[in-house]
Amino acid sequence: MGGMTTDIKLLDENGRRVDGRTPEEMRPLRIEAGVLKRADGSAYVEWGLNKVLAAVYGPRECHPRHMQNPTRALVQCKYNMAAFSVDDRKRPGPDRRSQEISKITSEALTHVVFTEYFPRASIDVYIEVLQANAGTRCAGLTAASVALADAGVPMRDLVASCAAGKAAGTVMVDLGKEEDNFGEADIPVGYVPRTKEIVLLQMDGDLTQDEYVKGLNMAIHGCEKVYEIQRDALKRRYEARALDTDIAAPEGAGKGVA
Amino acid sequence: MSKDVMAELKRDHIAKLLTKGTRSDGRGFEEMRPLKITTDYIKSAEGSARVQLGGTDVVVGVKLMVGEPFGDTPDKGVLTTNAELIPMASETFESGPPDKESIEISRVIDRGIREGHAVDLSKLCIEKGKEVWIMFLDVHVVDYDGNLFDAANIAANAALKTAVVPAKRAGKGEDFPLPLQHTPISLTVVKIDDKILVDPTHDEERVADARLTVTTTETGNLCAMQKGLVGSFSIEEVFKVIEMSRRLGAETRLRLPG
Repeated sequence: MGGMTTDIKLLDENGRRVDGRTPEEMRPLRIEAGVLKRADGSAYVEWGLNKVLAAVYGPRECHPRHMQNPTRALVQCKYNMAAFSVDDRKRPGPDRRSQEISKITSEALTHVVFTEYFPRASIDVYIEVLQANAGTRCAGLTAASVALADAGVPMRDLVASCAAGKAAGTVMVDLGKEEDNFGEADIPVGYVPRTKEIVLLQMDGDLTQDEYVKGLNMAIHGCEKVYEIQRDALKRRYEARALDTDIAAPEGAGKGVA
Repeated sequence: MSKDVMAELKRDHIAKLLTKGTRSDGRGFEEMRPLKITTDYIKSAEGSARVQLGGTDVVVGVKLMVGEPFGDTPDKGVLTTNAELIPMASETFESGPPDKESIEISRVIDRGIREGHAVDLSKLCIEKGKEVWIMFLDVHVVDYDGNLFDAANIAANAALKTAVVPAKRAGKGEDFPLPLQHTPISLTVVKIDDKILVDPTHDEERVADARLTVTTTETGNLCAMQKGLVGSFSIEEVFKVIEMSRRLGAETRLRLPG
């Protein structure tokens, strides 16, 4: 992992982590759907100290044209970190890490989108990390699938994402920044709860096979919790929309076919 | 366009063979292609290896120079990995800045070598905070017939094992062999329908639904993992690939020098 050493105690005598969590406890997660005006769909995720926005444009014409697929839409994700999102200013623009994350996020989302409905089109997903505190690829993927649903893109299911890892010799869910920097391993997972499919999977660090099995199960359990919060965000969004329509609808509206 | 039609035809052919339990080159599902390792291949590099894995051919060179350490690891040498997919290796590779594919390959190779602690970077410190050895691992793909991940991983390990730190040339004492710790070996599989195949050829990669690379060390521990392509894996399939990686990785490890 980070390869750095620290005096910070990642797990205290009572089995509590730096921020007081137990190993099985996730950081607080809040999701809001439909937060941007211009985008076709959007979502905002606050996950611990992470602040991540996702916006969806499309399906729309794919440029450059040679990229078009005559039978399917392309799901093209761009993960980007704001220069001020980390302690040492990040040089703006795509680096190798963000290009890799963009690639695996695009692949994970492609699996759930009915791409065959939109030949030659592009569905563009933009993930902006405003404040980073470990686990931004999971927060980004979680936000992106809510934004896709908010945009009305037909999907098989949402992708929920959560990581597990190991710090201070203990397997734990949803690593925070100190645990990520000074810990022993990290396993980010993207999961489709309805079909129980793993669509994003990475790992780095050092784990025995038993620790890995425990960690992957913990991450998937985390994904299931994330999924509930994603669904709740979408429900709230649609309730709000229904309310808007009630107020804004002129007399006689709703009786005929729109 | 014609390429897509070919891929579709090939996919049917390959999938049909798989249902009969064979692959288009006659191998078993868990059988690697013939492996040939040539070390000390490039005299101008501090360590080098050429690896031929079936029809895939890669050359890896290790270069070392004196430089400044990173601020957060002042007493450790620096590892930098780069992969070049040059146009001579395939009609699909283009010259110019690295694209998504080569970035992913170099980051997955780097993750295995770094997280598997192939090199003891703490022994590459010359003066804490001021001078350390900077190690460049350059992967050159000259012929592409699938599974660049494993061919490059094996070549990187072989090149590291034969590398000598050029201390004398830099005026830093006597030359010494690169301080090595572990041997992280990767195994890459692809999934076509429900079949899992190790060491995929170019044709198999082109029609595959999903890809998974698992890197293990001689301790049996896992150190890196990467899922790719738009398909998915079940949790049981992931555990099966881990078991395959540990078993086949041990066989590959025996083929390496020293």
